[in-house]
This record gives sequence, structure tokens and C-alpha cells, in this order.
Amino acid sequence: MYEKDGEKYFVVDGHIHLWDASPANQKNEYGAGFISCFYDYHRNLSPAEYVWPKEKYEKYTEQDLMTDLFDQGYVDVGIFQPTYLTDFYVNGFNTTEQDAVLKEKHPDKFVLNGSWDPRDEQKGMEAFEALADRYNLKGVKLYTAEWRGDSRGWKLTDDWAMRYLQKSEELGVKNIHVHKGPTIWPLNRDAFDLADIDPAATAFPNLNFIVEHVGLPRLEDMCWIGTQEPNVYGGLAVAMPFIYSRPKYFGRIVGELLYWLGEDRLLFASDYALWHPKWLVEMFADFTIPGDIADELPQLTPDIKRKILGLNAATLYDLPVPDDVRVAAPSGTGPELEEKPAVPAP
Amino acid sequence: MTSEAAVLDALRRVRDPELDEPITDLGFVTAVEVGEEAVRVRLRLPTYFCAPNFAYLMVADARDAVEAVPGAGRADIVLEDHHASDQINTGVAGRRGFAGTFPGEATGELDGLRLVFRRKAFVARQERLARSLLDGGLTMEQLADLRVGELPGTAEALAYLERRAELGIDAGPDAFLLVDPAGARVPAERVAASLRFAQTVRVSIEGNASFCRGMLATRYDLPTVVGDQ
Repeated sequence: MYEKDGEKYFVVDGHIHLWDASPANQKNEYGAGFISCFYDYHRNLSPAEYVWPKEKYEKYTEQDLMTDLFDQGYVDVGIFQPTYLTDFYVNGFNTTEQDAVLKEKHPDKFVLNGSWDPRDEQKGMEAFEALADRYNLKGVKLYTAEWRGDSRGWKLTDDWAMRYLQKSEELGVKNIHVHKGPTIWPLNRDAFDLADIDPAATAFPNLNFIVEHVGLPRLEDMCWIGTQEPNVYGGLAVAMPFIYSRPKYFGRIVGELLYWLGEDRLLFASDYALWHPKWLVEMFADFTIPGDIADELPQLTPDIKRKILGLNAATLYDLPVPDDVRVAAPSGTGPELEEKPAVPAP
Repeated sequence: MTSEAAVLDALRRVRDPELDEPITDLGFVTAVEVGEEAVRVRLRLPTYFCAPNFAYLMVADARDAVEAVPGAGRADIVLEDHHASDQINTGVAGRRGFAGTFPGEATGELDGLRLVFRRKAFVARQERLARSLLDGGLTMEQLADLRVGELPGTAEALAYLERRAELGIDAGPDAFLLVDPAGARVPAERVAASLRFAQTVRVSIEGNASFCRGMLATRYDLPTVVGDQ
């Protein structure tokens, strides 16, 4: 729980990791390159006092995570989003089983999400059923750019992906977090394109599709699909840290998302340990859309911030929320409450 | 032999297709070495995992641009510090095309990808130009009826017209200014809505460019400025 200026915020961090990218676990140069890339994201966008040494960044402890999120970072519940990357790391980068260790120790502090990969076909389907059953999963994190042998990725519209979505619905795994990456099959297409989310969201109206990183670098696709598909949400991991170094850009991103998707479909996330939730939560609670763009975009009221920081994720995951942090009335952003122009995507 | 200045001038016309800015402005060109028979150009990108298709386009476009410089001879373009450096450098040097460079991983060349991003860049530039015209006192109705011949001769307008011509859209003086990426006029009643979505496209491209600059600066310890005015 975070309190500031008399306002209370229930905080759900919608995207956290406990990863091991240490040299001992790196399988090849790609594993080394992947964590170096993450570390540059971390160094580029964090305030200086929050920048870790590379060695700690490669592998941090359970205690680091507990302290940073819950003692310092105001987080009430964190959602583990596993990222396997078994072609890059010997034991995987961050698997469901690894996250489960902390979930079992602190069941009320975490939501444990699983994962599946359509390229595992029938065998993977059975493993996913067992995983969902074992951990009572309510969500999965999918990384469409994950390398697997010669494959550079997959799409939600692939035949086996649609079967896995069907299975997810049957198992009550209703929250589908989708993370786009720099590669895909075939490699000549735009790997960040969100186009496959559109038909998948239409085909499975009872599933929620949370687009991680709000589709960045394809914010325009995110906004476009968000107006068409009511079950598409935006996860703010990676967008959040711009609040410090590029506040005007952050304001524009959030402003666009509020305009096209609305206040009920955005989820706060730190992507820990990419960034520390403490400064993100503090700066977000204090944030106002900067002056010279404020008249074009919806303003972030405390109620809207409460929804983004925790209430929206709590709704998706049926988490109990204290009575004194609820929101009474909608603020009127988003396509359900305003008529949006029908504009063709370019 | 040619000169370093002539090569750099040619490279200024090579753009990052996604960010719609010259690779020279983005800091991607680190060295130009002019030799008797060949010109060697070194390139770098903001991350090790930048999308390989865009990386390939910049390397191939740089080669074509340099080889078109009189007296340049062969162009050796060397992309460094990227997960697919070797593959891309060898593929471009051997003129294998994208599908030949990534056998089994690609189903075709990158013309479709390039077109998608030229269209996005066009939409963003048209919105930026329209916004400055509105800020300058034009009404939405006047904007809807504006023709290319009535544009001011600003750098912004010229850059816009260049993108427009690349897409094969009529840029003659009597052509209407506001068109969709296929060249069809935007009807007056749709102008405001069309510009609203175009604004999102512009915010996206500008934000990506700013982020990529920051990542490059972090990766290579370049001087950088916090803030985004």
C-alpha cells in the first residue's frame, strides 16, 4: 500500500521476475547479449541511485526481491511472468518452477503465472495442463520472439497457438500476457506487429489479452487494436520508467492509451529487476501530464492512478482489495464511454 | 577514389526505416575508410538484439548508397556488435538477398516491411505538417481543402513531400494535401479523426527514436541529455 497526499493506492506489480542470467547459467553468446541488453535498459532509464552493479543484475537473491518489492517498493501483490529462454540459459532465464519457490513461501504476496509455447505441440499441451493443475494458474506469459532451435518465434494465430488458447480457456487460465520481441517467423515480417492479437482476442472473448510493454515499439498498433477489442489490455512494463528521464514522452504514451483504451485497461508494472518499483510508484503517484501537452490529453486523476496501480490487475486476478482504496465512479476515459472515430490504421 | 565527405553525404540519405531518420543523425555510422578499391563503413546499433530485418535493410541500403558514389568502388559495410552481424555482413556482401541471408527463417524479401514503415512515416510527417499549419492559423476546413501548391517552402514541408513522392503519391501543385497512405484524399468530415490517429503514429515513431538514441548512448558511453523537450 502506498499513501501520498491523503490518497491511498493498492499496488499490484503486474510484471516481475526472479532471473538467473549469471555467466554460469549462460548457454552461449546470446545469453550474454540478452542480459547486457537488459542491463542497458536498466542503466539508461533508472535514476543513478537505483543502478545495480552488473554482477548483481545478472543474478540477485530472493531476499533482494522481497526487500525491493515489499519492504521498499510499496508492492502489495507481484505477478510473476516467467520467461524461459532455454536456448540462451542452461536452467532457463526465469521459469515457473523457479518462481514457485517464492510463491509457496509467501502465497498472498504473489500471483504465479505459467507459460506455453505452441511449438511444443501435443507434448507441451500435456505439460501445460499439469503445470496449470499443479499451480492453479490464472495466467500465462507468452513470448512470441523466443528462439527454439532454428525457429525465431511464432504467432498467436498459428494453429497450435489457437489450440493452446482453447486449452487455456478450458483450464480457467484467463489472463494471456503477450510479449512481442525483435524476431518472429518468418523473419521478413515486423516482429513487433500486434496484428495477431486482434483475431485471437476476437476468437476468445472470454480470455483477457494483456499486451506487455503496451505494444512498444508499436504504440499505434496497441491503440488501434485496443479500440476494436474490449478484452485487450496494456501492461505498462517498460513504459513506466520513461516517467523519470522522459516525462513528456511518458505523458504522451499514457495520454494516448487513456484516450484509446481507457483507464480500466492499463496495468502498472516494474518488470523487476529491470527497474525498481519504489521510484516508479512514487513518481507515478506524483505525476501530472506536463503543462504544454496537458490540454490535449486526459489528466491522470488519483482515481485513474488507483486503477492503473492495482485495481485493474486485482479485477483480472480476483485479488482482495481493501475497502478504502476503491474507486466510486468511472472517470470517463476510453472507447466505451466516448465515441471514437473510425480511422483506418496506416 | 572518392572522399570521406562524399561517402558521408551518401550515407545521410540512408534512413533507419523504423525511425525515419538518417543513420548518420542517429549515430549509427562510426567510421568511413576510403581506400583505393573499396570504401569500408562501420555501423553500430542501439542493442545487440535490434530486429535483424531492419538491421539488414540499413546495411544493404548503405552498400547501395556508397556504391553509387562516383569513384567509390566496392562498398564493405560492417555491422558490429549485433547478434546477426556475421550473417548480415556476409549476406549483404555476397548479394544473397534477405531470404538468402537467413535461409529457412525468411519467406521473402523486405519490400513489404519497408512499405509498411514508409507508410507510417508518411502518416506521421503529414500529421506534423498539418499540426504546424493549424498552429499557424489555418482552420480545419481550410486544411481539408489545402493543395500541395499552397504549402510553404519549409524544411518540414519538403521532407514531407519527399516521403510522399517515395510512396508514388501525386505531389503536383493541384493535388490535395491530406491523403491516406494509398493516396486517396481524406474527406473533410474525416480530417479531424484521421489526424487524431496519425498523432498516435507520430508519438510512437518520435518516442522510439528518442529511446533508441538513449540506448545507443548508454551502450557506447556517449554523452547524453536527460529530458525530452
